[in-house]
Amino acid sequence: MTGAQIFVEALKKENVEVIFGYPGGQVLPIFDKLYDAGIRFILTRHEQGAAHAADGYARATGKTGVCIATSGPGATNLTTGIANAYMDSVPIVVFTGQVKSSLIGNDAFQEADVTGITRPITKHNYLVKDVKDLARVIKEAFHIASTGRPGPVVVDIPSDIQMAEADFEYPKTCKMRSYNPTLKGHPGQIKKAAKAIAQAKKPIIYAGGGVIISEASPELNALATRINAPVTTTLMGLGGFNQRNELSLGMLGMHGTAYANHAIMESDLIIAVGARFDDRVTGRLDAFAPNAHIIHIDIDPSSISKNIKVHIPIVGDAKNILRELIDEIKKAPDTSHWLDTIREWKKKYPLRYDNNSDKIKPQYVIEKICELTKGEALICTEVGQNQMWAAQYYTYTKPRTFISSGGLGTMGFGFPAAIGVQAGCPDRIVFDIAGDGSIQMNIQEMMTAVVEKLNVKIAILNNGYLGMVRQWQELFYNRRYSHTTLVNPDFVKLAEAYGAKGMRISKKSEVEKAIVEAIKTDNVVIMDFVVEPEENVFPMVPAGEAINRMRGLA
Amino acid sequence: MRHTISVLVENKFGVLARIAGLFSARGFNIDSLAVGETEDPTVSRMTIVVNAEDERILEQIKKQLHKLIDVITVIDLTKKEFFERELVLVKVAAGRENKSKLEKIVHKFNAEVLHSDKDSEILEAALKEEEVRDFLSVLKEFGIKQLVRTGKIAIPK
Repeated sequence: MTGAQIFVEALKKENVEVIFGYPGGQVLPIFDKLYDAGIRFILTRHEQGAAHAADGYARATGKTGVCIATSGPGATNLTTGIANAYMDSVPIVVFTGQVKSSLIGNDAFQEADVTGITRPITKHNYLVKDVKDLARVIKEAFHIASTGRPGPVVVDIPSDIQMAEADFEYPKTCKMRSYNPTLKGHPGQIKKAAKAIAQAKKPIIYAGGGVIISEASPELNALATRINAPVTTTLMGLGGFNQRNELSLGMLGMHGTAYANHAIMESDLIIAVGARFDDRVTGRLDAFAPNAHIIHIDIDPSSISKNIKVHIPIVGDAKNILRELIDEIKKAPDTSHWLDTIREWKKKYPLRYDNNSDKIKPQYVIEKICELTKGEALICTEVGQNQMWAAQYYTYTKPRTFISSGGLGTMGFGFPAAIGVQAGCPDRIVFDIAGDGSIQMNIQEMMTAVVEKLNVKIAILNNGYLGMVRQWQELFYNRRYSHTTLVNPDFVKLAEAYGAKGMRISKKSEVEKAIVEAIKTDNVVIMDFVVEPEENVFPMVPAGEAINRMRGLA
Repeated sequence: MRHTISVLVENKFGVLARIAGLFSARGFNIDSLAVGETEDPTVSRMTIVVNAEDERILEQIKKQLHKLIDVITVIDLTKKEFFERELVLVKVAAGRENKSKLEKIVHKFNAEVLHSDKDSEILEAALKEEEVRDFLSVLKEFGIKQLVRTGKIAIPK
């Protein structure tokens, strides 16, 4: 078999059902085999779109996403998508063509040092130098991407390797002496944690994306119920805990709810699960949760005590550890006082916005989308105000329903990710909550969505600004709106030019009707909501301040 | 505090770049790094000397090293008993009047004279970290023309 055939056969063995990508000179042999391989191929209009689509697919389905591009510019265009997947621990395998082995290092046409460029933004990467290694490398790539703390793996394949011949034998298992993630928690540490929980008076569970990755939502729910502890999640953890549950505090951090931030600051025990104490969560480090003992459950030892000193670290898979922890708890702590205090905070500081104006408030649009989809849609977001409002005002009840660029904060992620989500979940309603800035960063993927009938509903919260940057300029730069005012195209005509449906909504009374119509429409839809231009995301903790020092509370 | 970390890695191309990249990306400083094949040709050992301001940074360095897929084990030798040596090649200025003085130093440090001509000598010595310092400070009086060091290698008891 040729390398290209091995590639196709290996992907079949990995049960890959869809590949996102873009062809080019150095992947011609592979594309020739993909032509009739029987694997769905989605041609994006830019390689970045392919990487984000693979990422969105992986987040929504829990399977490993796959994308492919050619050497040089094809590969460099993927890098934002790779870095994005790396920051949020998303399993994707990225294939790139490379110039012929004999030309590597010669500054050949469309050559780039792809393993060099992607080294700091991948979990691991490979340059395949011998066709005999190809099957094993692909096996390892899928294994590494999807196990332990997941992440992107790049496999760079020179074009001569794609044409060279070797016997095909796909390894059944993957044994690597240097890679053995710890899955089972240390029993002694779990006992210690159970003891600390029994003694706590003001415990709080702080859950991150790790809960979703390890499919540990049921266990998280069981723990919270067992010990009567409130649960706050990070942006990445949204959906990991049912927000309709009374114990839910919603999201914490810079734009978290006031009650989540107060609760974590006042707590005497933090049970962190699959979260990494990111600066957007902790605020000023030396002021963070001064009285709290910290239990930290994480599969990545390097996440533990990286920012915040942890008292009881437990390394391993969240699902396993939560199960064992629940079994270990003999007596639930009495948290009734604590929950009363929290109830008061919830009453005193609800998430709120002024909905009395005639103009459309962006928060209102999100609430309406939530209401009309019964909270059952898959919500992708871009980055900025749109993302924060989508995080705050949609009620997430199930894992893998909120798909957003957390760590890297990539504008332009949401729409191509939504395409990947829709490809992986064809029967679901998929929304991309966008801003007028972000949507234009990968607007070319309109064509991909229309051609592939991936009928994503795009809700642009159009305020004519790069809203989040403008908000910072308003609050911290004396309202000097330096280069944040946007002149935009006619999004309705733009949608139509791509063969999609476009709607402009400028009256509050039209919002509901438009959303209903969009959901009913058997096509890609752009809803251009003309919203209050200078609306801000509140509450807000200024960068570097303690997270209970929130602005924008009533 | 200075730490000597012994790292076993897969003997593959690109591993050194991964390790170097890990340090540079996080702003950790490497004092010295020595790499060589072990008794198993598929495994290389790296001896890395780092100066970590506090325990937390050292912990991060070890964890991050371990996180690299090609890293097999990471051992902090600082907490163990180990032997260390660094190989030093040095060309010192040494005219006729200094030859005998230099000979005493060579003897004292168990060094070897690799080459000698009328105004210089090339010396070789395999020494512990502090001894290297002493050796070089004594040689400074003669005038060091060129100095080459391997970086430290270490083996636990």
